[in-house]
Amino acid sequence: MSAMSVRSDVPSNAPEHCPGTTSDNAGKGSACQGCPNQKICASGAPKIPDPAIQVIKEQMVTVKHKILVLSGKGGVGKSTFSAQLAYGLASDLSNEGVFPVGGVAGSLALSHWQPSMLTPGEPLCHSLMGVVAPVQQAFQLSHSTGERGQRWFNQNSSLSCPLSRSDPWRCGSGLTQVALLDVDICGPSLPRIMGLEGEQVHQSGSGWSPVYVEDNLSMMSIGFLLSSPDDAVIWRGPKKNGMIKQFLRDVDWGELDYLIVDTPPGTSDEHLSIVQYLSAAGIDGAIIITTPQEVSLQDVRKEIRFCQKVKLPIIGIVENMSGFVCPKCKNTSQIFPPTTGGAEKMCADLNLPLLGRVPLDPRIGRSCDEGRSFLSQEPDSPAAMAYERIIQSVKDYCSHRSRTHGNAD
Amino acid sequence: MDLLDEQDSLGQVKHVVLVLSGKGGVGKSTMTTELALALRHAGKKVGILDVDLCGPSIPRMLCVGQQEVHQCDSGWVPVFVDSSKSLAVMSIGFLLENPDDAVVWRGPKKNAMIGQFVSDVAWGELDYLLVDTPPGTSDEHLSVVENLRKHKLDGAILVTTPQAVSTGDVRREITFCKKIGVRIIGIVENMSGFVCPHCSECSNIFSKGGGEDLAKLTGSPFLGRVPLDPQLGASLENGQDFIKAFPESGTFAAINSIAQAVVTSTEAS
Repeated sequence: MSAMSVRSDVPSNAPEHCPGTTSDNAGKGSACQGCPNQKICASGAPKIPDPAIQVIKEQMVTVKHKILVLSGKGGVGKSTFSAQLAYGLASDLSNEGVFPVGGVAGSLALSHWQPSMLTPGEPLCHSLMGVVAPVQQAFQLSHSTGERGQRWFNQNSSLSCPLSRSDPWRCGSGLTQVALLDVDICGPSLPRIMGLEGEQVHQSGSGWSPVYVEDNLSMMSIGFLLSSPDDAVIWRGPKKNGMIKQFLRDVDWGELDYLIVDTPPGTSDEHLSIVQYLSAAGIDGAIIITTPQEVSLQDVRKEIRFCQKVKLPIIGIVENMSGFVCPKCKNTSQIFPPTTGGAEKMCADLNLPLLGRVPLDPRIGRSCDEGRSFLSQEPDSPAAMAYERIIQSVKDYCSHRSRTHGNAD
Repeated sequence: MDLLDEQDSLGQVKHVVLVLSGKGGVGKSTMTTELALALRHAGKKVGILDVDLCGPSIPRMLCVGQQEVHQCDSGWVPVFVDSSKSLAVMSIGFLLENPDDAVVWRGPKKNAMIGQFVSDVAWGELDYLLVDTPPGTSDEHLSVVENLRKHKLDGAILVTTPQAVSTGDVRREITFCKKIGVRIIGIVENMSGFVCPHCSECSNIFSKGGGEDLAKLTGSPFLGRVPLDPQLGASLENGQDFIKAFPESGTFAAINSIAQAVVTSTEAS
């Protein structure tokens, strides 16, 4: 058997030596004789990029940083990590905020911001600062009135909008705006992890409204579009791709500092699509999650290859489920033993940064099942501290990147 | 290929069992490998078909990573794990030049590959063919069921871990099975509790009982629970036969009883 090719642009009904629909020889090669797609290929139509890519680019102008969370292996904690990353970034009050100045998203660090930077006629953001805090408290109260209150709060997104989206009100709050996008179409776990099961997406004039976890933390998942927890999404690739396109193009994300995209395991349709659709808008980078054992690392190496192939920068690797400290005797056990040196050795071999190690902690799984933030529940646990360090590295990476690449992208 | 060839490839296979889970990393490949070893232990001839094209783990778990697939008149010859030829494996892992190569394929190519895996592998005479799948309810699953249905498909084993985040995804997989008419042989709860080797305290790292509750809720048989066992993980890392290495362990007993339940269920049908 010869090596397998990695072409993604070869139709299933194409002959064996198909040059690929995007190649220069498409429709012209000797292998194309008799292929049912020959006419379309020869016309050059498949070479034209999807017009949605440009639309998504315009839609994403207000999103500062786009981060993918990837892993070749399933069940290593991608969704858990995405959730903690979102909570961690959103709870940061001191960070740079996005200021809607003159209708265009300009951004600057809060510490450098001065009232004189506002264009005349714009609402005076800073004078509202005193007003925002009590209103926010009122909203938090409605959060704490339990599920019904929360539901009311989320459904009345027109009420939550002034605080959380492109409105002058929010710019005084200085909160980091974070959104989570779950592109795991067949196994969406984030709605449960974020405590949003049973929520529904509402449509407005500007598109689908994401579901709000907190004022500055929104999310979108196919889980919100299912009517029952038994519903299975039995879709082949093209339908999944269409859904991902809609999530990027038709969701009214508003102004965001971070968009975190949680992906399913593998290197297939969902991954190619998200990278392709965001190609014009630009992705800051990918965080790759692994567990310490070789069975997981071997799949993660494939994911790294994938990133290199599609020219996706890698922010770093996170080793999850790294050792378990017995709550009774405090001894550490390696449940998933790093027989080949774990993520550390892989990172050294491949010259990639290791962002950190997160130990196994039964409380992480429990807070995910209950839909609560582990970071705020157990802030002093070693796992939470490991998360905090990783989140800080991600922030540093992004701010460094926006300095070196300019704010235009 | 003509119809006669297709009938031949799985013609002498008595039972075909899918191993499914909506969730990734719950131990589908581990369970497939251990069940295969347990069935072989019980004197059966077993084959494993790994249709996880983007992340094949089976070759590593059976320590047959560097093998090549050969061709014969009746198709591709699967890789045999031992000289007695009682355990045969086919995986995309054998077709990659470099183990780190990524298979970046969209659905149609994966479907074509699975079609070939089902129809072109010369399995010969087998008691059980276990099919290990990737997580989800998408291309691979539809293709493998479509292709296998032409021959025979006894049913599916669903693997879950106890926490709600995992059972939620497996619930969807159950709907998938019902929709496309695959019989559910039963649910296995994996990673159920961890016994600290230092103080023997049992910690439920991923909670406990979720698989059994799910089985009750959906009216599916519950096949058993397998504890988190670092020895099991280590033996898979090294490609050892866990069942031979640790015949005394509780994990072994759990796997064995699940294998027995699978045999009873498939032979009754």
